[in-house]
Amino acid sequence: MMFNRIALEKRSSDSKTMSYLSPVLAILLTLISGGLLFASLGQDPFHALHTFFVAPLSDLYGWTELGTKVAPLLLCAMGLTLCFRAKIWNIGAEGQFILGGLGGGYIALELLDVEGLWVLPCVLIFGALCGMFWAALAALLKTRFGANEILTTIMLNYIALNWLLYGVHGPLKDPEGFNFPESAMLSEFTTLPVIFDDYRLNISIYFALFAAAVIWALMSKTLIGFQISVMGEDKAAARFAGFKETRLTWFVLLTCGALAGLAGVSEVTGPVGQLTPYISSGYGYTAIIIVFLGRMHPVGIVLASMLLALTYMGGEMAQMDLSLPKSLTGLFQGMLLFYLLACDLLISYRIVRKPASKNHSQSATQNINAQA
Amino acid sequence: MKRIELKEITKRYPGCVANQSVELSVSAGEIHALLGENGAGKSTLMKIIYGVVKPDEGEMLWENQSIEVKGPAHARELGIGMVFQHFSLFETLTVAENIALSLPKAEAKSLDALKKRISDVSKRYGMQLDPNRYVHTLSIGEQQRVEIVRCLLQDVKLLILDEPTSVLTPQEVETLFKTLHQLSDEGCSILFISHKLDEVRALCDNATILRGGKVSGHCIPKDTTTDEIARLMVGDDTPLSEDYKKATGGEPYLTITNLSYKSEDPFATPLKDISFDVKAGEILGIAGVAGNGQEELLNLISGEETTTASCVKFAKKAVANLTPEKRRILGLGFVPEERLGRGAVPDMSLEENALLTGYQGELTNKGWINTTKVKAFAKQIIEQFNVKTAGSLAQAKSLSGGNLQKYIIGREILQNPKLLVCSHPTWGVDIGAAILIRHALIELRDQGAAILVVSEDIDELYAISDRVCAICDGELSPVAPTNEVTINQLGKWMAGDFSPSDTHSDTASAGPLANVGGLS
Repeated sequence: MMFNRIALEKRSSDSKTMSYLSPVLAILLTLISGGLLFASLGQDPFHALHTFFVAPLSDLYGWTELGTKVAPLLLCAMGLTLCFRAKIWNIGAEGQFILGGLGGGYIALELLDVEGLWVLPCVLIFGALCGMFWAALAALLKTRFGANEILTTIMLNYIALNWLLYGVHGPLKDPEGFNFPESAMLSEFTTLPVIFDDYRLNISIYFALFAAAVIWALMSKTLIGFQISVMGEDKAAARFAGFKETRLTWFVLLTCGALAGLAGVSEVTGPVGQLTPYISSGYGYTAIIIVFLGRMHPVGIVLASMLLALTYMGGEMAQMDLSLPKSLTGLFQGMLLFYLLACDLLISYRIVRKPASKNHSQSATQNINAQA
Repeated sequence: MKRIELKEITKRYPGCVANQSVELSVSAGEIHALLGENGAGKSTLMKIIYGVVKPDEGEMLWENQSIEVKGPAHARELGIGMVFQHFSLFETLTVAENIALSLPKAEAKSLDALKKRISDVSKRYGMQLDPNRYVHTLSIGEQQRVEIVRCLLQDVKLLILDEPTSVLTPQEVETLFKTLHQLSDEGCSILFISHKLDEVRALCDNATILRGGKVSGHCIPKDTTTDEIARLMVGDDTPLSEDYKKATGGEPYLTITNLSYKSEDPFATPLKDISFDVKAGEILGIAGVAGNGQEELLNLISGEETTTASCVKFAKKAVANLTPEKRRILGLGFVPEERLGRGAVPDMSLEENALLTGYQGELTNKGWINTTKVKAFAKQIIEQFNVKTAGSLAQAKSLSGGNLQKYIIGREILQNPKLLVCSHPTWGVDIGAAILIRHALIELRDQGAAILVVSEDIDELYAISDRVCAICDGELSPVAPTNEVTINQLGKWMAGDFSPSDTHSDTASAGPLANVGGLS
C-alpha cells in the first residue's frame, strides 16, 4: 500500500521566482495545447504554430500591424493596471472603449466638413471624456451605493455596445451607405496621422507608450501610487493611514475610463476610420489578460500586449493560410488565461511528493490531494 | 497514580525546534502549571497531548500505558479535554446547540436531556449557564464556561486550559479558580498554561517551566518567589522588574466630552456618554475585557470613524469630524491592535510601511516620494528600536510579532507625536521587546506627549499608567490616579460596577502586581 502521493503544500512565503516564471510556464503550456489542438485538426502542429505566431511578423507590414493592435490594448491595460493594483475589479474597459469610440466618432461626424488642426485633438479629448463618463457611472455606483464594480462594469459594457448599435443603425448611419450599419468615413482632419506611409500604424502607439511611462512613474514614484497599492493590499491599513478610499476609487476608475476611451476614439479615427458595430474586437477584455500576464508591471505589460496582439494576427493568418476559423484567437487567449491562473497557484503552493503513511492520521487540512 | 507522562518529547518545525526532549508528568487530581514566555513551546506541547500535532521523537504515557494519540477525537475519548485560548463557538447558536455539535451522535440526540445535563453540571461546579441562551449574548467569561462545561460533560480526566485568564476580569478569575479546585478535588488533573505568575502561585500544585523549547526548571509555585520563577522563564540576562515614576502631567491634550456613538456595524458596541481627558506628559490607561467598546472609542480618536466635531478635542481644537490624515498633522500617533493588516501592510517592505503613516513630513515632496529619505527613516526605526530583521526591504509579515510591534511603535514615536494612542502595546510580544516598548512610552511621556494606552493586561497598566480607568459595555468608569485604585476596584470597574467604594482601603495589594508587570 505504498503509493507516492503528489500533494500541494502551502509555501511559508510567496515565491518571487514563481510569480515571474508562471507566465512563461503558462505560455509554454498554451503552445503545447495549441499544438495538440492543431494536430487533432489534422494540421502539422509545428507548421500551424509557425503560421500562428511567427509568420505574421515576417515583414515590416506585420510589425506595423502588431503596433496598430498593441496601441489600444496597451492603453486599456495601463488603465486596468491602476484599477487592479487598487483591487478595483474594473471589467468595463470594453464599454469605456466603445463609448470613447462612439462619442469621439459622433463629434468627428459632426465636424466632418470642418477643416483645421484643432479638430482632431477635440475629437480625441471628447472620446477620452466619454470613456471617463462611462467609468464614472461605475465609480458612482460603487462609492455611493456600494455596488460591486464587477457586475456594474460588465452590465455597462452591454449598454455601451447597444448604444453603439443604436447609433450605427440609427442617427449616425451613413445616408449614402446603402443601409449598411456604418457611419460615413471620417474626414482627413479627424483621422490620426500614420507613422509610415502606406502602413496603418498611427501615432496612437505613442499615446500608449507615453501612458505606460506615466502610469509606471505614478505607481512607483508618487504618493498617490503608493496609496493605491496600500488600498489594494490592505484596506484596513489604508483607512488607518488616512488614505481616502472613495477619492482613490474615483481616481483609478476615471483614469482607466479616460485611457480606454482614448483607445476607442483612436481606433475609430485610426485603422477603422468610421463607426461600425465592430470597432472593438474585444480589446477591453483582452487587456484584462494582458495585465495579469504582465504581472501588473509596465515592462511585463508591454511584452504581454505584444503577445496578445499577436494572437489577433495569428487568428487572421490561420484563417487565410490554414482555412481554420478566426475564433482560434479567442481560444488561445482563453487557454493562456486558464493556464496562467493555474500556474499562479504555484506562487503560494508547491508540489511535494509524500509517501502515503500507514495510518491515515495525517490530517493536514491544507493539503489538496492531487493524486492518490 | 500518574495521569500523564511525557518522555523526551521533541518536535521540530522547519527552522526551529519547538520542543526539545521535554519531560512532563501530572498526577491524578494535580493542578500543574506550564509556564513560559510566548514562543517557549507551551502551545506545541499542548497540541501534542491533544493529538493535533505529532511529536518527532519521544513517548507519551497515559495512566502508565504507552499511547499514541491519533487526533483530538481520540484524545477526547481518552478523557482529555482542552479549552483553547480562542473559543470555537457558533455565535448564532444556543449554548446547548453548540455543545451538542461536539458530542457523539447518541448523546446529542435529545436536546432536552442535554439541556438538563448542562444545567446540572454547571450548577455542580458553580458556573452559572443557561443552555437556552444564544452565544452572542454571552460575555467572554460565560463563553469560556461553555467550553469548560463541554469538556466536563465527557467525563474528563485531564483538562487543559490555554491561558484561560487572559480574557477574564479578576472576579471572573476567582470563580474559575473555585471550579478548578473542585475539579481537582474530584480527581481530575488540570494542566494550566499561563504566564501570569501570581495566578499560578495561587492555584497550582506544581509547575514546569519552559524556555526556548526546553524544560528550564520545575518548582512548587507556592514555595517559590515570583522572581525565582520569572528568572527560570526569561533566563539570566533580561531585567525583570521595571519601576517607573508616576507623573502628573500638564494641560489636557486629548479631551473627550459626552461622547455617545452608535456605529453602523450591528456588532459594534455603542458608546455611552464617555468623557475623559489625557494630559500632556501623562499616560492614561484604559482597562477592560476586549469587545466592550475599546475599538469603537479608538476609531473615533484615530479618525477612522467620525462624529460631531466637538466630542473629541486635541488641545482644545475640535477634531471628531476630521480624517485620520488631518489628525496626524495635528500630532496624533496611533498604534492599532492589529499589527499585520492595519498597523502594517503584510506584503509590503518595511520601507513602504514606514511611509504608511510617515507620508506627511519630508518623506514626500509635492506628491513625489523621496526614496532616499524613506530608506533612511526605516533604517532609523530599525536601529533605534532594535528591530531584528533581514533589512529595510524585508516584508512586514516576515517579522516576529515583537519585532514588528517595535517597528510600528518606533515609526509612530519617531514622528514626535503630541498624542500617542496605543492599543494593547505589548500583546503577544516577548519580554525583551515588551520592556523596550514600555521604556519608549515612558520616555515619550517624559518628553511631554500625552499617551493613551488601552490594554487587557492589568499588570501592564499598573506598571506604566499614571491614571487608570476601565471600560465596560461602552461606558467608562471614573478615572483615578493608578496608585489609588486597588486591583479589586479596577476589577469591579471592568465588570461594569462603577459605584464608589473602598478605593482607599487596601491600596497595598496593587504593589506586588506592579512588580511583576514586566512578565505579562
